[in-house]
Amino acid sequence: MPGRFRVLLETVDRPLLFAGGFIVCILAVGTIYTETTQGNALLLSPTYLLLQLKVASFLGIVAAAMMMVVLLGHIDLSVPWTIAASAMLATAWGGATAMPVGLAFGLAVGIFNGLGVAYLRVPSMIFTLGVNVVLRGFMVMLTGGFSPSSEPTPIMLYLAKGDLFGVPIPVFIWAAVGVVVTFLLRRTPMGRYVYAIGNRQAAVFLSGVNDRLVLVASFAFCSMLAALAGLLIAGYSSKAFQAMGDSYLLPSIAAVVIGGANILGGSGRFSGTVAGTILIVLLQSVLSVMQMPEAGRQIIYGVVIIAMLLAYGRSAR
Amino acid sequence: MKGLRLLVSRNVGALLALALFLALYVFYSALHPKGFTVDLFVQNSNEALTLMLLGMAQTLPVLLGGIDLSVGSLMTLVDSVASEVVRGSPWQIALGIALCLATGLLGGLVNGLVVVLGRLQPIVVTLATGAIYSGLALFIRPTPGGEVDGNLGWVATNALSEMPATFGWWNGSPPAWFNLIAGIPMPIVILVVVVVVFWLPYRNSETGRAAYAVGSNESAAYMSGVRVNRAKLAAYVMGGLFSGFAGLYFAVQTGSGNADPIQAGTYTLNSIAAVVIGGTSMLGGSGGAIGTIFGVAVLRAITFCFRVVDTNSPLGFLANPLLQPMFEGVILLIAVSVGAARIFRMKNRLDMYR
Repeated sequence: MPGRFRVLLETVDRPLLFAGGFIVCILAVGTIYTETTQGNALLLSPTYLLLQLKVASFLGIVAAAMMMVVLLGHIDLSVPWTIAASAMLATAWGGATAMPVGLAFGLAVGIFNGLGVAYLRVPSMIFTLGVNVVLRGFMVMLTGGFSPSSEPTPIMLYLAKGDLFGVPIPVFIWAAVGVVVTFLLRRTPMGRYVYAIGNRQAAVFLSGVNDRLVLVASFAFCSMLAALAGLLIAGYSSKAFQAMGDSYLLPSIAAVVIGGANILGGSGRFSGTVAGTILIVLLQSVLSVMQMPEAGRQIIYGVVIIAMLLAYGRSAR
Repeated sequence: MKGLRLLVSRNVGALLALALFLALYVFYSALHPKGFTVDLFVQNSNEALTLMLLGMAQTLPVLLGGIDLSVGSLMTLVDSVASEVVRGSPWQIALGIALCLATGLLGGLVNGLVVVLGRLQPIVVTLATGAIYSGLALFIRPTPGGEVDGNLGWVATNALSEMPATFGWWNGSPPAWFNLIAGIPMPIVILVVVVVVFWLPYRNSETGRAAYAVGSNESAAYMSGVRVNRAKLAAYVMGGLFSGFAGLYFAVQTGSGNADPIQAGTYTLNSIAAVVIGGTSMLGGSGGAIGTIFGVAVLRAITFCFRVVDTNSPLGFLANPLLQPMFEGVILLIAVSVGAARIFRMKNRLDMYR
């Protein structure tokens, strides 16, 4: 029996196992709390869980975007303003072409990031940081003199707030993003190159692969997913506003690393990122159900990230 | 001559930043309606010192080849602590200052311990400890406020001449030698003291050199008998100390505490930008805190220049407040892309990946 258990432990992804276990712990502690104070099991009701899943899908899409570049050993700090700028542009544009315009803007930002990182070899952390500042300045320039419409189009509202068979539509979109990302990473040469570049870019170049094109494509895909998240967040909060992306940057990085991806690139799975996303969203939600003040939530959040990483994210000696 | 050439080639980034700063600042002073005055210099140095100290804090982890995303949060934590303890009798103030610096040291020590003993990547560790420090800061100071000794604030943010006037030294008639230096802004004095007392001895010590060695090539450093873990730990502790100075000065300057996590994030990102503009390599192993100080000076001088450009001149569009945030970003992008020039000199593309 112990032998079989060990085999099971080895076949299942360790980060997934730990994150899944921790999610169950959060739910258990929260339920004990609500049972003793309010006498109900609020956290286990389908309504609550579906609402959390809906909230998680926005962060989940941003985390999927972040994972695309983290696997390369890079990072995208321009995500906050890619989210805000594409949402603001799309709502200002309006009409049937609002969403394509927002996505195209995201694509353009991503290609620009990719060119800077791949061809100029500027460290991605610095280059995307600069792009983030430029995007913020760009939106201040566009919206400072007058205030364009920040109303989402009906289709954005429907995609972010609607239900299908009782399940929120953002969850379906998150699932679709998951299918695309997993297919890309597992079943296409591009996915192989992404992991390979994360391990050693010089080796990929020497194998005759156009490594720089892979970098540009990954950054473009990342920013386009961020733009998609921006459009959905705008629909969810019924308006596009300047700071809408700021609260997604650090949680998305945390979700990716809690999910077991190596921040230096080369390893990580989408399933882990999903678990990391759900863990973060549930943790924040349960702590606020337990009426934990902001200070305590921040501290617990930080401690949990370190604890999870100490459990399975340690590098070899 | 050879020594000079070596000095220049090792510090080319810092020297470029210094040159850029001088050019910008001369331009700014020339356009300023009152020209270059002591008051103007005092005001400008006040606006720059906090970020300079925080940039020094960021420099150390970057030298190791890592990064510290918690410097801004640690700064706000120290700022919040300072708003509670830096007041009262002179002895209480001294004790309060010591407590603030100890908080910074401790924050750096925690970062270092988790990175070294936990064998985790600094970027994710400091992301998490940053959340913890922000939480502690909010715990100490849920709403902006508190109080920092007013005399200390006045002295620390003015020219040196205010020091004897405030504390009643020499009965209002300072000696001749003091009048020579009376115009120097106090922030500059603080900066020089921090650099001379803390940075330079560290830089020239065995531990400081070890940090450079680890940043250049960790396994080679290990093979050469460098105590890698001690060097890393010391660098994070020094970084924490500099964050402590930044938080302390921020509290003294504003006379109160504010645990705003968004402000902490902005300061962290600006500190990274300053480190890069100051010529420290993100890959580790080269650069230094002096370069970062010039990097902050460049960043600040750019914003100063925007204030004084004549709106009717051909450069008038620079003064448009709606365009300024974008120019700041564009200048940052150009500054970091200048380093890309070396790419075009490479004969073998494999050199790129080093």
